Amino acid sequence: MRTEGAVVPEAGFRSYYGRPVIKPPVWHEPHMPTYLYLGGMSGVSSSMAVMARLTGNPRLARSARLAAAVGASAGAALLAAELGRPERFLNMLRVFKPTSPMSVGSWILAAQSGLSAAAASADLAELLPAAKDMALLATAGDAALLATGLTGPLTATYTAVLIADTAVPAWHEAYRELPFLFAGSAMAAAGAVAMLATPRAQAGPARAVAALGAALETAAGTVMERRLGMVGRPYREGRAGRLMGTARLLTAGGGLLAAVAGRSRVLTALSGLALTAGSLCTRFGVLEAGRASAADPAYTIVPQRERLDAAP
Amino acid sequence: MAERMGFFTDTSVCIGCKACEVACKEWNQLPDDGFVFEATSYDNTGMLGASTWRHVAFIEQSRPVQVPSDPEAEDSVDRWLMSSDVCKHCTHAACLDVCPTGALFRTEFGTVVVQSDICNGCGYCVPACPYGVIDRREGDGRAWKCTMCYDRQLGGLEPACAKACPTDSIQFGPLDELRERAEERVARLRADGHEEARLYGESPSDGVGGAGAFFLLLDEPEVYGLPPDPVATTRDLPAMWRWAGAAALSVAGAVALAFLNGGPGLKSGTSLNGGTFLTGGAGPKGRAFLKSRAFLKGRALLKGRALLKGGTR
Repeated sequence: MRTEGAVVPEAGFRSYYGRPVIKPPVWHEPHMPTYLYLGGMSGVSSSMAVMARLTGNPRLARSARLAAAVGASAGAALLAAELGRPERFLNMLRVFKPTSPMSVGSWILAAQSGLSAAAASADLAELLPAAKDMALLATAGDAALLATGLTGPLTATYTAVLIADTAVPAWHEAYRELPFLFAGSAMAAAGAVAMLATPRAQAGPARAVAALGAALETAAGTVMERRLGMVGRPYREGRAGRLMGTARLLTAGGGLLAAVAGRSRVLTALSGLALTAGSLCTRFGVLEAGRASAADPAYTIVPQRERLDAAP
Repeated sequence: MAERMGFFTDTSVCIGCKACEVACKEWNQLPDDGFVFEATSYDNTGMLGASTWRHVAFIEQSRPVQVPSDPEAEDSVDRWLMSSDVCKHCTHAACLDVCPTGALFRTEFGTVVVQSDICNGCGYCVPACPYGVIDRREGDGRAWKCTMCYDRQLGGLEPACAKACPTDSIQFGPLDELRERAEERVARLRADGHEEARLYGESPSDGVGGAGAFFLLLDEPEVYGLPPDPVATTRDLPAMWRWAGAAALSVAGAVALAFLNGGPGLKSGTSLNGGTFLTGGAGPKGRAFLKSRAFLKGRALLKGRALLKGGTR
């Protein structure tokens, strides 16, 4: 019936007229993948803003604070628009359910968007002439900023749990690598935005974050596809495969460029744009791979049948 | 809580009449799902969905059969399998676990029901279901699925599909009783020579903790469009959070590293202590902040995150 470790194991599997067993994710483009990008960008921007504040790099801190606030707010708006009943988006905060990554994530995102908005507003308020002596405001802003040091990394990585906690084989089986893939993608994205929005002399750490992120994303993606085997095929084939391949090239190229981007404005622009596009391609590619994985019954049936047959 | 109620669908007596599909639609006032001719079989609803809460599958099979009166003759005979699929009302229901609003809940009958006045159509339950049962209804925006006729049960009535089934292929009752009845039925079918008869979803030790709606099948589950070994995805959730927690810590660590080392491409200096970049950029104010209480608090916060992570499991 089944060929062991074959490239095309579907030959032997049985199904109901080739119909999918599970339902594909209903999440739309561009909302869902753009949110994944924005959430990641916002989260790591917060981490960068905290570190920039702590190491005394106010120019980079300002860019990162703004990026964090804009990313979280725009992301939350996209999520609300994605709902089947957008007017009921506050129902997300009706309960706190540890068994639901979307519930946990809603609370994380609520905290992240609120805190990052406070941190950014306080920073911008310093620009107002009347705010010169408002030390309290600055302190409150810094406190909010420090808190985003906690919510930021969670915002950047919980989305991996969100999609892995489904019956979609290409997502669920990748639950080990996806958080690192998303973490790397988020670092590359945040580093890119910060290096584009900060004078080069102050953007060194942003370039380092971008380069580290690109390396992490590339490594996690490679390990993921290798370990998943047959279930990972949607990441390599069709539209998802093209998106993931493009992402790989853009991310690796942008990451390498980030290492030398401090030398010129052109290199910075090239690196920042390549990394941004790469991170977006990764997110769109992962959604598309999930859809392809759900649409083909082989990915659901073959591993389950092998598991059953292997059981005593 | 009242006794746990369930469905036992004995497909060996299903005649494919679709009375269950019709009764379900009528009672629950479900919109039509398109009058589609699939051109593969007499199935015209395809699979369970937001507006199809009972789905009758038709499978036409050919197999060589020995004719007893003439041992030499070998004939290819069509076997028709028919099965009325429905929501499994799992013991460990992934849809219920992942629902972020609490719209999905467990009733006093042990069934899983969506509260349509709460559901905000986030769609998370849709890919979470290992059977592909629940779906979001186009135009309505909310998720819908079988309620095992929660309203009828509250009134002491059996669900519409079971009521309408002319052959008692769909049996409704206390789950424990149904399981006993199913064991007897499968034993009898096997004694009669139907070795392929098997129960599906009846075992509390399966990946969903046992289904509240289980089946007697005459072939492998995947032939009927059912997953052979379904698992509630939330079983791995603690491990998922651990990996995500490790990734979150990696982000914090890598960002800190990037800042403390100054990063590549700096014109002057690459380290926190040695470079003119940071000392020049930070000035006395920044250095003072590094020693301040707020900074130390923040550092303690970063360290405390590992503990917090443990708490989210």
